Amino acid sequence: MTTLTLGKAINQGLRRSLASDDKVVLMGEDIGTLGGVFRITDGLKAEFGAHRVVDTPLSEAGIMGTAVGLAYRGFRPVVEIQFDGFVYPGFDQLVAQVAKLHYRSRGTVRMPLTIRIPFGGGIGAAEHHSESPEAYFAHTAGLRVVACSNPADAYVMIQQAIASDDPVIFLEPKRRYHVKGEVDETASLADAKPMGVASVAAAGSDVTLVTYGALVQTARDAAIAAAEDGISIEVIDLRSLAPVDYATVEASVRRTGRLVVAHEAGQQGGVGAELAASITERCFEFLEAAPVRVTGHDIPYPPAKLEKHHLPDLDRILDGVDRALGRPNSLSGVEA
Amino acid sequence: MTPSDRDATGLLTRPDHFVQLVTPAGERRTDAEFDPWVADVDTAALGRLYRDMAIVRRIDTEATALQRQGELGLWPPLMGQEAAQIGSARGLRDDDFVFSSYREHAVAWCRGVSAADLLRVWRGSAASGWNPYDHNMAVPQIIIGAQALHATGYAMGAAWEGTDTATIAYFGDGATSEGDVNEAFIFAASFDAPVVFFCQNNQWAISEPVGLQSKQPLARRADGFGMPGIRVDGNDVLAVLAATRIALDRARRGEGPTLIEAVTYRLGPHTTADDPKRYRTEEELAEWGARDPLARVLTLLASTGFDTEALEREVAEEAGRVAAELRAAITTIPDPDAMTVFDHVYAEPNTHLARQRDHYARYLAMFDEGAAASGEGAAR
Ligand SMILES: Cc1ncc(C[n+]2csc(CCOP(=O)(O)OP(=O)(O)O)c2C)c(N)n1
Repeated sequence: MTTLTLGKAINQGLRRSLASDDKVVLMGEDIGTLGGVFRITDGLKAEFGAHRVVDTPLSEAGIMGTAVGLAYRGFRPVVEIQFDGFVYPGFDQLVAQVAKLHYRSRGTVRMPLTIRIPFGGGIGAAEHHSESPEAYFAHTAGLRVVACSNPADAYVMIQQAIASDDPVIFLEPKRRYHVKGEVDETASLADAKPMGVASVAAAGSDVTLVTYGALVQTARDAAIAAAEDGISIEVIDLRSLAPVDYATVEASVRRTGRLVVAHEAGQQGGVGAELAASITERCFEFLEAAPVRVTGHDIPYPPAKLEKHHLPDLDRILDGVDRALGRPNSLSGVEA
Repeated sequence: MTPSDRDATGLLTRPDHFVQLVTPAGERRTDAEFDPWVADVDTAALGRLYRDMAIVRRIDTEATALQRQGELGLWPPLMGQEAAQIGSARGLRDDDFVFSSYREHAVAWCRGVSAADLLRVWRGSAASGWNPYDHNMAVPQIIIGAQALHATGYAMGAAWEGTDTATIAYFGDGATSEGDVNEAFIFAASFDAPVVFFCQNNQWAISEPVGLQSKQPLARRADGFGMPGIRVDGNDVLAVLAATRIALDRARRGEGPTLIEAVTYRLGPHTTADDPKRYRTEEELAEWGARDPLARVLTLLASTGFDTEALEREVAEEAGRVAAELRAAITTIPDPDAMTVFDHVYAEPNTHLARQRDHYARYLAMFDEGAAASGEGAAR
């Protein structure tokens, strides 16, 4: 076991993928000499060369579109999008081409792209630097969407994403890049938990709290705080947003009878909406209360000094838990 | 072009047409084509251009300091690009419209944007700093190159209305790789849009040298899109003014777009979050430092007998005042109220958001009640 930050764990995972398969190429803006603005690709160009770690011209459509061609040729491109808000110039290539080519070619063409996106807020950044675009991708058939939340998962999941024959949107919780954790760099990928499977991040019995990315830590903190009030929260780290591992979520909700979903993205049409609807369909008779969503507001990401009013924090999550439990909460007395 | 035409950093070193009216050593060069466009710029006017450049340099260093002191979240410095920004912006008429990126603080200064309005966004207090229609300057753009299309559309509209208003789009060398910029070139050329594409080639897009974006001098691209391209010394305020006036004149006369490549250099980091030591050398920095846009104007003025010492003294005093205003402006920028996060999402009433707003207000109220009940600031 080694202690690594989440950012360094991704760096090590990328290093291992580059070393084990020479068809893996990294592409993106500033990822070479600079090592990326978050230094996630630090040292990789020096180690593997400019043909494996490619600084591209400043064009997301160009990066994504040429990655499609490289994949046609048998490469496994790993694309870095510098910040969440900059993925949209490449959006057309991503949702209209990358996502659909396997289907359109009746299974003959593979698109094993990994699109790494640092996502989410909480770092006091300028506009377009704190977005949560996951629902756009989760809505697109053909794409897999995963989010890591801790160094051990980050290390394994990035390698699994690269090894996957499907295109994977790999979401990195940028405000947790610096958190440290134990990583087993010797474990074999074959034994690792598949990236499509959710994790129980904290066991509990009163309410199921599902989240992903940066909020997993906040949810765990909420579980500890709630325990002082005698409330037992089960925290599920969803890990895969598309497809969702419903088996894990269902098993938990059948025991607790209550579901809270938390994410930074806006509520409307979000991953939480999908989970609430699907769990209601699947577990209706087990539910003691309507599923509750604790999310960002349905607003453009606000200026830095207001982001604390947008991002779900520990108190907002606990308020959501209170709602699911029918305890006094911010909506007490409000008609649905 | 062969690789030997580029130097080690990938900078393009073979300018075909390189407009320069004042050399780095401060000598006035004659140029039959460009001189007439700045014939009105006498020593007093040149002194005023120097004043502008010196003041915006001071604004820039002051803002950088404010960022280091934690008063601003981020700042993208313009140092080194004063001549490109002042020379072009001083060529504009009040009714012309500006679409810029995040680095054009000097342009904003020329458009009359106040210190507080300039800093609001970088402090993280507001989504935008000024009303675009007050200054005929759009809110700055962070998405690389998007503004080139906006400028083109605005110019098309101005032309369709029969006015002779021109539009200018500022973007960097990196931006020329984005689809939006290339699409803007196509629309502008096809519709003869009265727009000036003003590319500040400051040699770097964060860590990427311009050679990664283009094998050719950027101005040469214009030809393929069907518009003229002008390659100008971006550290020469007089040449930039001349080039911009030529392009604006073409636009006003209905002759369509022009691409100007102002060859300049970003002396500072990309933003205060960047560490340029990772990707560029001290030698390169020194080389470009020697082409400083301010120094050469002073040298030229001195050679004409102008009292540059007095000018420097006056300007330093004024720049000091502006810097003090900038610093003071921070105290006038209020921290935004929580509930303003819901403002201006839609222009028309939206029941969904109204409900969300109401719920959040109730949530925040719990803290007040909790505090009142327990004497503490927390809800639980
Ligand atoms: C669509 C998009 N992709 C990436 C970025 C991140 N980014 C911000 S500035 C920058 C470099 C821009 O370089 P250039 O266009 O030359 O302008 P300069 O900053 O040098 O003035 C990059 C890559 C962005 N803002 N928008």
